[in-house]
Amino acid sequence: MNIFNLLTEIEKADPEVYGRLDSRRAVFKHFGGFGKKLAVAAVPLAFGSMLNKAYGQTASRSVMEVLQFALLLENLEAEFYKQAAATSLFPAAPAKMAFETIRDHEVAHVSFLRSAITGASGTPTNYTANSFDFSAKGNLPNTFTDYGTMLAVAQAFEDTGVRAYKGQAQFLISNNAVLEAALQIHSIEARHAAHIRRMRRDLASSPANQKPWITLKDRGGLPALVQPIYDGEEVTTQAGVNIATGSVSANAASEAFDEPLDTAQVTAIVTPFIR
Amino acid sequence: MAKNTNPQETADGLTKKVTSPIQRRSFLKYAGAGAALSTLFIMGCDNDDDMNNLPGDGVNLGSGDVGILNYAYALEQLEAAFYTQVVASTSFNTTFSNAMERMILTDIRDHEVAHREFFKAAITSAAPDDIIPGLTPDFSAVNFNDRNAVLATAKTFEDLGVAAYNGAGKLLTSATFLTLAGKIVSVEARHAAEIRDIISNGTFASGPEINNMGMDRALMPKDVLAAAQPFIKEKINFSNLPTT
Repeated sequence: MNIFNLLTEIEKADPEVYGRLDSRRAVFKHFGGFGKKLAVAAVPLAFGSMLNKAYGQTASRSVMEVLQFALLLENLEAEFYKQAAATSLFPAAPAKMAFETIRDHEVAHVSFLRSAITGASGTPTNYTANSFDFSAKGNLPNTFTDYGTMLAVAQAFEDTGVRAYKGQAQFLISNNAVLEAALQIHSIEARHAAHIRRMRRDLASSPANQKPWITLKDRGGLPALVQPIYDGEEVTTQAGVNIATGSVSANAASEAFDEPLDTAQVTAIVTPFIR
Repeated sequence: MAKNTNPQETADGLTKKVTSPIQRRSFLKYAGAGAALSTLFIMGCDNDDDMNNLPGDGVNLGSGDVGILNYAYALEQLEAAFYTQVVASTSFNTTFSNAMERMILTDIRDHEVAHREFFKAAITSAAPDDIIPGLTPDFSAVNFNDRNAVLATAKTFEDLGVAAYNGAGKLLTSATFLTLAGKIVSVEARHAAEIRDIISNGTFASGPEINNMGMDRALMPKDVLAAAQPFIKEKINFSNLPTT
């Protein structure tokens, strides 16, 4: 296999291939020494990774696909909080203010993602309130009429959002700017999740000691419908390292690491909420 | 103390210095999900490309993805030591008279210990020559009998941790490590939100740390370590960490 011939072939199809490759690291300046230092058999694999970097794809998920997927999820949240914040269910002003804060963040995330998509020569999908069904096909008829249900749905969306961004981050590794922005949004969603969980803790009807973090795969008294949002969170081994050891209990080990959800899992979770 | 021996300046060593960043980045990148950490490190790393490892040069985090893992390990050591001291304080039950708050702080201690031990085990098994030593925390500026002081320090550490992981994501070349960092940063963000809400309910995501696009901060290692260094006795040398 001749890497340089391969590049020549790619260049015919994509004259910008060299520009797409990682010029900061001056990959090609050093490419001559590359093969000498590696096992010959490994070179094509390393080369493939460079192309992944160049074209922004791993497992056929493009940056644009990730942005559009995030846009759907942020719209789902933004439309939910717009309607939720407009209800009169809040027991006190701070609770309403918290929902308004989160609503504003989600609306800002929508704006950011639309700009990012447009900036990358894409066309952002348009969503409205009518794009979503917050009863989840009739399974949650009281979303906007019962405070406890409203908080439960909020928690479900936030915990899903955290896991969704976590699962998509790997596909953004080729694009530092988008990756960083996604991470900056991801941690805000986790802050939201923690606060919504605290709000539920303050409800008499919620399970006692509701925590800001996810213990094992406990859905925290939410309907069984949302169990897929928590399945997989119970793992206590990370990258081959057993976390539940020494002074760290299995509960703490599971809480200490949030787990990603893949695109299909997230899609299955949010589909009931999409018209 | 310096963690590595000074690399020998042989001709072969110099060649490695020129080419090894590419090898590491490419290999860590392609090795991806499912590959054992040890495999990643064995294939992607050599120890002799850290420059300036002179005695007295402080704790050198190293370079590449391993350097970023050491960076995270250093921060997790700091957090774990802090919460361990909070919970172990003889005045813990009176400084924090609310049982729920004590449970929260104890949980956070356990999480940070879990993070610290994870990085220690992962780096040790995979790149034993590259792991930084245990650091000596310096919390002399914190009054552990003062609830407000403890919470303010906790808020600083948690917000800083979130910003550190957010800023380090782009510095990693391995998707596996990126996802691992993602698993931890959202838990740090949950901590940050809860600590803020204990200080003042409703401040979970407000203030100068959150921008007008509803985004958390993303800080580079030099800025994070400038804030963290006063709490660590050893001088942290981050000069070989990737910057892009």
